[in-house]
Amino acid sequence: MNIGNLSKIALKALLNNKMRAFLTMLGIIIGVASVITMIAIGQGSKMSIRAQISEMGSNIIMIHPGGERRAGVRMDPSEMQTLKIENYETLRNECVFISGISPLVNSSGQLVSGNNNYPSSVSGVGLDYLNIRQLKISDGEMFSASDIQTSAKVCVIGKTIADNLFPDGGDPVGKTIRFNQVPFRVVGVLESKGYNSMGMDQDDIVLAPYTTVMKRLLAVTYLESIFASALSEEMTDLATEEISSILRREHKLKDTDANDFEIRSQQELSQMLNTTTDLMTTLLACIAGISLIVGGIGIMNIMYVSVTERTKEIGLRMSVGAKGSDILAQFLIEAVIISITGGIIGVLTGFGASLGVKFIARWPVFIQPWSVILSFAVCTVTGIFFGWYPAKKAADLDPIDALRYE
Amino acid sequence: MNKSVIELIDIRRDFTVGDETVHALRGVSFSISEGEFVTIMGTSGSGKSTLLNILGCLDTPTGGEYYLDGISVRKMSKSQRAVLRNRKIGFVFQNYNLLAKTTALENVELPLMYNSKIGTSERRERAKQALKAVGLENRMEHKSNQMSGGQMQRVAIARALVNDPAVILADEATGNLDTRTSFEILVLLQQLHAEGRTIIFVTHNPEIARYSCRNIKLTDGHIVEDTLNQNILSAADTLAGLPVEND
Ligand SMILES: Nc1ncnc2c1ncn2[C@@H]1O[C@H](COP(=O)(O)OP(=O)(O)O)[C@@H](O)[C@H]1O
Ligand SMILES: [Mg+2]
Repeated sequence: MNIGNLSKIALKALLNNKMRAFLTMLGIIIGVASVITMIAIGQGSKMSIRAQISEMGSNIIMIHPGGERRAGVRMDPSEMQTLKIENYETLRNECVFISGISPLVNSSGQLVSGNNNYPSSVSGVGLDYLNIRQLKISDGEMFSASDIQTSAKVCVIGKTIADNLFPDGGDPVGKTIRFNQVPFRVVGVLESKGYNSMGMDQDDIVLAPYTTVMKRLLAVTYLESIFASALSEEMTDLATEEISSILRREHKLKDTDANDFEIRSQQELSQMLNTTTDLMTTLLACIAGISLIVGGIGIMNIMYVSVTERTKEIGLRMSVGAKGSDILAQFLIEAVIISITGGIIGVLTGFGASLGVKFIARWPVFIQPWSVILSFAVCTVTGIFFGWYPAKKAADLDPIDALRYE
Repeated sequence: MNKSVIELIDIRRDFTVGDETVHALRGVSFSISEGEFVTIMGTSGSGKSTLLNILGCLDTPTGGEYYLDGISVRKMSKSQRAVLRNRKIGFVFQNYNLLAKTTALENVELPLMYNSKIGTSERRERAKQALKAVGLENRMEHKSNQMSGGQMQRVAIARALVNDPAVILADEATGNLDTRTSFEILVLLQQLHAEGRTIIFVTHNPEIARYSCRNIKLTDGHIVEDTLNQNILSAADTLAGLPVEND
């Protein structure tokens, strides 16, 4: 018996009963689509949290003054002044597990240029700050090491600042802006980073030499914090330990003393968030698994019923000369067509639903290739098996028994 | 004497229902030659359908020998019997047994679909010829649910003809039809017989036996009568003599 004729027979049988074929497919479509969508939502939130962390720089280590903070306990002001410039310099010279390090001091106030003003803050930083925070200069250049040495009144501004102070679109580089009456020459503009995933404007930023901010704006000798980046994400722990031991030595702490500073790394944060998102993914995977099982049972039922109700047709085909193997091949081809078509529609529906969630509900989604393969495989195999099994039983009947079947 | 198409030797068929054994056929022997038009008669439950199903290789006898066109059927496997049905037998059922939602042409093509020796164009051509032979040349694209009972039975006869079988088997083929349509079908069968076809027609209606050339009568699984009809009536004449319905 040639497969061409059997395919024709199978296709005709399907087209003659579009509703039955569609209902059979529906189980497969829902099974596949729901699994893909659920996993996509789970993975999406996981990736979005990862992205939030890495857009800040995944190797970042933040050093703050003061010991371990406890809620509701006001800190002694002296505790806030434990980080000195000398500490920063020692760390810069001695640490081997870091690729960059920069002090950070902030001063907030009003920025003025001509008739335009904008409330913002100036961050006093070192040269490494750009690399640590993954910032880039798009116009002009970064201030120099000698600017830091001489506490020069120069700054680099973000796009939001440039747009607000120079609304005519003029080039800010070379212009002078005032911050709390102190004139700063703009030497560079940062490449725009847009909003971060928490909705904060990352372009609302002014960077100046930390020496300038400390001496000329704040008149302080201590640092608010020190930012460093580990050589790699894996070396974050080593770098943290190294920094801690250097700072303890510099602060002359005894073994029994607690730290008078606090070190936090992004890695720590990301581990914590990962646990949460993994839990969520597991939960969604469970729901998806259940829909897969329900879908599978649905496929099973409709396949079984539709083959059984066609026993008489099977009898008729056998009476005009179809062999058991012909019948089996026909139903197998039908099941394969239905299952594969349903599977493909299910995958497309899953993609569509995932995109719908992304654009309508504004949730982050990520379509996992393995979820597509798994759900497609499970549903089509179920469909094919339960199309094959009752057909096999029918094909084994004597033609006369199949014909008499009511 | 023509060569024999069907040769039955002591055919028995028992059915087991629960603890009881029903003897539907209790040793039936006869032979039918090429070109005969035989009616098998008997009351309901006498074993006619059981016999015909065995003749059509749809059912296997419990005992006895059956030669179809000289081939012993008893020792055949299921799929060999399927091939035999496909090449040598045309079956016409009381309830037509057409594929639903399928055109007359496609229904008639069906047996040839299971014969890989026949290509698409030959299949189509032969199906058209068969439909023409039963007078349905202008109903080829009608679906089974768009036809009357008589037309459906004609399609079924065309389907039985299309593989050029050694024998056409009809089980109460006029059982669901009114008198007029029944005679139209009989006219068709007589015509096919005149063209040389071998036909076996099962009926419980003794009237119909008068239009065939040989009558076999079954009672309770036995042959009680096997006679040649000396005075074959013409179905066409009877049809012409029927009162015309006023509508
Ligand atoms: N599949 C079956 N199982 C059990 N008994 C059957 C079966 N088919 C037929 N019979 C019995 O065999 C006898 C003959 O049946 P059948 O050949 O259908 O008679 P007819 O066609 O002459 O009316 C009946 O008594 C019937 O009950
Ligand atoms: Mg009967």
